[in-house]
Parts: sequence; structure tokens; C-alpha cells
Amino acid sequence: MAAIKASGLERTFKGGIKAVRGIDIEVAEGEIYGFLGPNGAGKTTTVRMLVTLLKPTGGTAVVAGFDVAREAAQVRRRIGVALQEAALDPLMTGRELIILQATLQGMSKAEGRERSAELLERVGLINASDRRVGGYSGGMKRRLDLAMALVHSPSVLFLDEPTTGLDPTSRFAIWDEVDRLRREGTTVFLTTQYLEEADQMADRVGIIADGLIVAEGTPEALKAESGAPHIEVVLDQGSSAEAAERSLAPLGEPIPAGEGHDVAIRLSDSSTGVADAVRLLDESGLSVAEIELVRPSLDDVFMEKTGRRLEGAATVADEQ
Amino acid sequence: MISASVALARRALRVTLRRPQFLAPLLIFPTLLLAVNTGGLSQATSLPGFWEQYGVTAPYPSFFEFQLAAAMSQSLLLGGVATGIAVALELEMGFFDRLVAAPIPRASIVLGRLLAAGAIALVQLSWFVALSLIFGSGIADGIPGLIEVYLIGAIAGIGFAGIGVTLALRAGNASTVQSIFPLVFVVLFLSSAFFPPNLLTSPADVIAKWNPLSYIANGLRAPIIGASGTSNVLEGFAAAIGLALFFGLLATWSLRGRLQSK
Repeated sequence: MAAIKASGLERTFKGGIKAVRGIDIEVAEGEIYGFLGPNGAGKTTTVRMLVTLLKPTGGTAVVAGFDVAREAAQVRRRIGVALQEAALDPLMTGRELIILQATLQGMSKAEGRERSAELLERVGLINASDRRVGGYSGGMKRRLDLAMALVHSPSVLFLDEPTTGLDPTSRFAIWDEVDRLRREGTTVFLTTQYLEEADQMADRVGIIADGLIVAEGTPEALKAESGAPHIEVVLDQGSSAEAAERSLAPLGEPIPAGEGHDVAIRLSDSSTGVADAVRLLDESGLSVAEIELVRPSLDDVFMEKTGRRLEGAATVADEQ
Repeated sequence: MISASVALARRALRVTLRRPQFLAPLLIFPTLLLAVNTGGLSQATSLPGFWEQYGVTAPYPSFFEFQLAAAMSQSLLLGGVATGIAVALELEMGFFDRLVAAPIPRASIVLGRLLAAGAIALVQLSWFVALSLIFGSGIADGIPGLIEVYLIGAIAGIGFAGIGVTLALRAGNASTVQSIFPLVFVVLFLSSAFFPPNLLTSPADVIAKWNPLSYIANGLRAPIIGASGTSNVLEGFAAAIGLALFFGLLATWSLRGRLQSK
């Protein structure tokens, strides 16, 4: 049985604005599904419908075996939610917030206390547990948010842009936790605008643009669909670009070189590597300053499907 | 439903007590007005028919004791505004979504807030009871009178909080809720909180007659000035309960409407 299944899911806001225009999603139990798209693509609206915060205006969605519109209370019992902005009361301590969340999930006080200690330890906040959340850093708030979402050991966890705006250390801490959840068999629906995050974390990725899913599959399959890798070359002064293209012709077709590069060749055989290119250039007596193998990214997939780049999207490296 | 409401009430209470800038005005403004009124208007008690309305006989209570109920009413009204602002802030910062996403009856979110407002009302009333012991002769009708004051006040506090929560859920932002602050004074002055209704002139007397705050203020006042035996207490209870039920339900309905319209 699918942990999440949406069919023709739609959301139209007042004024006729269609944020989500009939999407189909199926996430298997224990899968990490990356939901990638630029700001305003419909990621958060989709998540809010799946977690019962927003009623769909069309289509259906079943989460953890229950319909989000007709059996919202059952859905809420089975899911954990960490929304885009870590909405935490700054006047409460981390421990108090987890215990409150445990109470709202129907746990006893003793269970809540025990679970809070366990989760605070797990997300590395045990030393800050009795400090007010107003004094936490962004990364600490995110980790606390995650701990609160895990308080009742949900079978399906929704993480809406859990690492946006975080420093690398905090981001990696969240990634580690998601990886741990993967090993524990929790289904995770993860929205992100970071290409690298979706690539590394997700078993499968759905790319949304303008309220529609434009591509879906494993990151590797999507990138393979998008085309073979290519080689970009920067030649030393005195070496001719035309000559380099001729010498690299056995490897594939020349394509327009990227900024700062002299030659680019789309490889006809993706098993071909940089070593083959260097050998061919060397045999032709051409001197190379720089050479790199560029594999297709999810951004290339987005570009291919929509004709534009993932506006507002970023890689982790960009932010670092 | 009950455990979730109690947990949310405890949380709201804890947060309010940690935010002195929210709690202090509920006590300071009414206390200042009480001091000003008591100092400048005490001769009003000499007006013919001033005390007859309340069924008390000589020796009459002081004007300070008369005004205590007005200060309590003002404080409770301000408490309603503060509750509304707190809910609106939770809506703005997204904490409200966390509560809505929890597997609890949605009504418990409103009920928890109102229960906390009732508890805070007890703190507010205690402040004025303490003032009555320090500067007056206490609650004239003793412990039973004190219980009446606490009950009417707490229920009225819940009703005023219901108004605040309703406004917050409909407006969705704190600034709109805050903008009703001046209305508190209009409602107060168009009631018999500050003066006996029989001394008000038209149209204030007509408006005061229909203003539930008049009955709440008189209900709070009766035990303080030794008039618990009059119909004022029962009318005070009726007005407070009616207000709490009406606005409690309206707030719950507003929450439902807000979630459905999203």
C-alpha cells in the first residue's frame, strides 16, 4: 500500500489562482520522496493539503491509508509535520514544546517527559532543552521542529524545506537525521529547493513547476533521461579550439561551451571519462589548462521539461 | 478534548505570565483610572439616588469601593483584547498551524485559550481585591461575596476573551485586534460601570441598559459594597454566562469558518 497517494489533486485559491493544478503522486512506504521546485511552484500548498491544513478543491489524496478530506483526524494521528517556518513559541523551552506536542498526540505526561528526553538527546539539544526557544539559532529551531514532528513516531513524515536558510553544519545534522529515519523505515515527504539535497536524500524526486509535476523518478533515472554527460575543456594559450574539437570527435558531438570554457563535447558513451579525452588531446599535441566531466543535474532535467532554469533554486555549494 | 484543552490552557497561561508586557497593562491602566476617578469624582456619591440603585443603606461604602468594579470590568475587557492579540500573533507566526495539524478536536484550541483567560481573570481580580483590602474595607460580603466576584469575573473574562479570539480568527492579524483597544473605553463608558444607571442621561442610559457590561459590573460591585442580596448578582451571572457562551461558540464557529475558507 502506498504511504501517500494523490490523484488529480488541485487547489484553487480565492480569485481563481490555481496553485496546484491536478497532480498525481504515489509514495511507497519507507520511501524518501523529494519534492523539488522553485518558490511559488506549489510545493507548500501541496504539503498543506496532504497534512490536512488545507482542503483540496479537486482530486483526492490518501495519506497513511486515510483520505485527507474525509478522514483528516485519522491522518493527523499518523503523520508528523515540520512546516516551512519552524513555528515555535519563543517563550517556551524546547522540552516544554515537545511535552506539549506529546500531550496533543494523546500521550501521558510521563510518556511525554520520557520521549522529550529521548528526542532532545537524538537531535543534540539536550543541553539547551530548558532554555527558551527564542534564544535558539535557526538550526536548533529546525532540529527541535523535527523532534516535535517525531514525538509520536509517525509512519509518514512531512518536512517542508527543512534546511532552507541553515548553515552547512545544521543542514548536515538534518540530513543525518533524515538518513536515520530512512533506516528506521519512516516514509518521508521532503520538499526542497536545493538540487543537491533532493539528489542526495531522495529515493525518488518529483519536480513541480506552476502547479504541475513535470518530471518524476529516481534522481539517476531523471538525469539519464536528460542526456549523457559532457566534457568541458579550457585550453592553454596557443592551442586551437577547432583542433581540440576535431581530436575529441571520437568521444561525441561538440556542443556550445559554457562560459570560460573553450570546447564542450557531449559524450556518446557515458562510460567514457576524462582520461580518454586527455589522451586524445595529448596525442594531438594540444595543451590543456583545465578539463572537467559535467554530469546532468536535476536543474538540467527541469530545464529540459520546462524550458527554463530552476529559478530561485540553489545547490548547497552555492549557499556555502 | 478535555486533556488537550487543559494542556493548551496551561501553555497559554505559562506564556502569558512570561510576557509581563502583556499582563502589566491589564492591571496598570485600570488601576490608574481607578486612582484618578476616586481622587476626582468622589463627590458623585452625594448625588441624590446614587446608592438607592444598589439597595445599600447608610453608612454607605466609599466611592473607591464603588469604582473597584469598574476597574475590574476594564481590566477584564483589556484581558479580552490581550487574548485576541495573543491568538493573532500565533496565527501570524504559524504556531496556530501546528495546533491545527495536531490530532485534537479543533474546538479544544479555542477552549484552551478561553480557560486560560478565565485563569488570568482570577489573577486580575485578585489584584483589585488586594487593593480593596489595602485602600478600602475589603469585600463587604466576606468570603461568599469574594467567591461571587471571582466567579462572575472569571466567566466574564472568558466571554471577553471569546470576543478577542473571534476577532483574531476573523482578522488573522494582531494589528486589527489591537485597533479595537479604544472601543474598550467606549463600551465601558456606555455602561453603568462608572455611574449608577439611574443617574445616566439619555441616550447613555438606554445604551447602558442593553450593554451586558452594565450587568457584569453591577454583579461584581454588589458583593464589594454589601449588596449581594439584590438581583444584581444574579443578573451579573446571567450576563457573564450569556457572554461567555455566545462568544465562546462564535469563536469556535469562526475557527471552523477560517479553516474551511482556507
